Amino acid sequence: MQDKVAIEMKDISKAFGAVKANENINLSVLNGEIHALLGENGAGKSTLMNMLSGIYNPDGGTISIYGREVKFNSPKDSIRMGIGMIHQHFKLVDVLTAKENIVIGQKGNFFTRGKELSRKVREISDRYGLDINPDKKVYEMSVGEKQTLEIIKVLYRGAKILILDEPTAVLTPQEIKRLFQILRNMKEEGCAVVIITHKLNEVMEISDRVTVLRKGNSIGTVETSKVEVSNLIEMMVGKKVDLAIKKETFANPKPLLDVDNLSVLDKEKKPALDQVSFTLNSGEILGVAGVAGSGQKELCETIAGLIHADKGRIFFEGGNIVGKTPRDIIRLGIRMGFIPEDRLGMGLVGSMDIVHNLILKDYQSQPGIFLKRGPCVEKANKIVSRLDISTPDIYTPVKRLSGGNIQKVLLGREIDAAPKVLITAYAVRGLDIGASYKIYDLLNEQKARGVGVLFIGEDIDVLMDLCDRIVVLCGGKLTGIVDPGQVTKEEIGLLMAGGTLEKEVGQA
Amino acid sequence: MNFIKITKRDDLPRNKAILIRGVAILLSLICAGLVMLIFGLEPIKIYTEIINGSLGSEMRIKQTIIKAIPLVITSLGILVAFKMKFWNIGAEGQIIMGAMAAAYVALNYGETPKPVLLLLMVIASMLAGGIWAFIPAFFKAKMGTNETIFTLMMNYIAIKFVTYLQYGPWKDPGAQGFPKIAQFGDNAVLPAVFGIHAGWIIALILVVLMYIFINHTKKGYEITVVGESLETARYAGMNIKSIIITAMLISGGLCGLTGMIQASAIERTLTSGISAGYGFTAIITAWLARLNAIAVLVVCILFAMLIQGGAYLQIAMNVPESVASLVQGSVLFFVLGSDFFIQYKVSLQGLFRKKNAEEGGAA
Repeated sequence: MQDKVAIEMKDISKAFGAVKANENINLSVLNGEIHALLGENGAGKSTLMNMLSGIYNPDGGTISIYGREVKFNSPKDSIRMGIGMIHQHFKLVDVLTAKENIVIGQKGNFFTRGKELSRKVREISDRYGLDINPDKKVYEMSVGEKQTLEIIKVLYRGAKILILDEPTAVLTPQEIKRLFQILRNMKEEGCAVVIITHKLNEVMEISDRVTVLRKGNSIGTVETSKVEVSNLIEMMVGKKVDLAIKKETFANPKPLLDVDNLSVLDKEKKPALDQVSFTLNSGEILGVAGVAGSGQKELCETIAGLIHADKGRIFFEGGNIVGKTPRDIIRLGIRMGFIPEDRLGMGLVGSMDIVHNLILKDYQSQPGIFLKRGPCVEKANKIVSRLDISTPDIYTPVKRLSGGNIQKVLLGREIDAAPKVLITAYAVRGLDIGASYKIYDLLNEQKARGVGVLFIGEDIDVLMDLCDRIVVLCGGKLTGIVDPGQVTKEEIGLLMAGGTLEKEVGQA
Repeated sequence: MNFIKITKRDDLPRNKAILIRGVAILLSLICAGLVMLIFGLEPIKIYTEIINGSLGSEMRIKQTIIKAIPLVITSLGILVAFKMKFWNIGAEGQIIMGAMAAAYVALNYGETPKPVLLLLMVIASMLAGGIWAFIPAFFKAKMGTNETIFTLMMNYIAIKFVTYLQYGPWKDPGAQGFPKIAQFGDNAVLPAVFGIHAGWIIALILVVLMYIFINHTKKGYEITVVGESLETARYAGMNIKSIIITAMLISGGLCGLTGMIQASAIERTLTSGISAGYGFTAIITAWLARLNAIAVLVVCILFAMLIQGGAYLQIAMNVPESVASLVQGSVLFFVLGSDFFIQYKVSLQGLFRKKNAEEGGAA
């Protein structure tokens, strides 16, 4: 390469309507470097990279690739310049094989020469240490393999600059390790790699330099080896953040929700929950751990009355609520809040504004046939200011808000109803550090008010820091109820895999 | 392909969206005009004559309004269903069944005092139209059948059923063998107000009621939520089956009412062709009005002008009526097409920028 600098972005600005997504951002990435682009959701990372891959045009500023100023009109221009972007959602055709996916959309002869193609793919694979079978169909691949295929796809198109948008969000720890090895190999080959992320430990592990963005501005570029995690957080959030989650214990817990021998069948009539029993007390956060699909979704939805229990009972302050629909639950005045996993698909109506999303839980208890918006307008203003939701106004469709703000609207609505029990499914999934900690704080606030919180989580560290007790599920069976103070992460992992512990702690 | 650049718009100011739609309508008229030119017609003259034919005299204005009435009421019916994303393509059948029920009352209880008889006809027609829409709604709610196909096929059942009545049991013995159903008695005919049958008052009232229903009632809100996301409706504890069925009863009931008005005020009898395509045209008008009740009124009047103006063209200028259909089709095409430009920004400046990118590419 002629120059050591692969990408040079200068004073890049981009606005969407009134929102300035990027303002005078500077970024330079060298050949043979892994460069992390760090920032909270909505900081402008994706916008910046979309300009680099030709999806958007900058309003101002210049982009130079290998020292030459360029203007991209489409992703094709960008690919021609050797830039390849790996999106968070893979763009692969399921029914085709790996190599067919590689050549799809490429200019070439009418007939593809299968053997030559396989050879070329192998060549790339060997060079970067990628492991893939060119004749395997995509639907047979694991998530990690699909990602590898995406990488080969852009390399096949001649990419020397690779951009990865949150590549680890969907991977298991082993797959992440493998991905990082691939990235290191690419670095050895002199490629420039940009990795977008908000996971700090990954930044520290893989990157050579970090550029931090905050609210559309570039805060600075630092060498990873010369900074601490806490410095990065401060750059990201703009203030010192205490990363410890506080945990208080409250006296006199009384049982609020008593799940007794609950069994639920899934659509194929196989048991999704199998004789699960536990008690949720007032003033506690009860965590639920388990690998994905262990029955967490069924547990939440059965309690909320969305799916029918096959056997068993659920007592809410002594009354059995099994068989009650969500409507019955609202009508009986059972104060239960539910933050479902699918926020826009279930908890909220994406195309409606905040006011109309607040009405959703409210309108049934209003008298008469007319819809009263007044109280909800007030409530919307209150929630927006109390939870610090950043939105142009309360009449913006919620799907236009960022993930963290969407979650705040949902949580705000549920908290506003003064629930006694709050069920949260993956409450911080997809949220950045700042938003996640805000959510933890809000849950702790509810706990202090005496609410019993059921917290379905995926990050064991968070579960251990936040929860008073943890219920562990494996394949729909309850494998243990533990006190996070008395067990190790590994022991919880063992329970998640279906093992048993000799010391049962907490109340079973 | 590089000269055209397409980017998604996040937020388009309202007045700009209106401008885009306006340009689309203008273009549709130009495009239809070009086709007319090819056939040796004079577009300017034809457009003037369409306006002249629909608004040129008191009688023509009345005719236009008479054509707007069934369109408005049917569009409102379709609007309710579409708001719920329930694709009711069965307005034709619902109109016919409504007309049939009204005819049954009119023919069998013709001696009843006029106000009572008309009220009975209204109730009967709305019930019949409602039931005709309820059947597909019921199967959709219970078994998840596809409502598009279901409602469409219900149309043909309705048409054939009325044809059967016309040729069989309801054939007028006094029609000298013609397959006709007897004329309604005077008591069964809607009175005129300001020279136009009272349907226009009904239509105006319904527009206002529908606007209030969709925007200011709980049911209207529920219908909108069900249309946006079934899961959310379930989560919020809505009774989805009852919402679907209520909405379809309203939808079919309004279409049925159209049938009664047409049978009573226009045909004064029942024929299998009573719906005259209004059930399909109303799908277009409801959609062009973006499912807004007030906009439905405006769009339907414009479409009624096209229908009436087209009929006038045929008589006055000896130009086929299909010229008006051509304009209709062209408007629909351009206005629906303009949605793309409202959601996406297309810029052509790529032509100049392309050069730069290529220079860069050579590096």
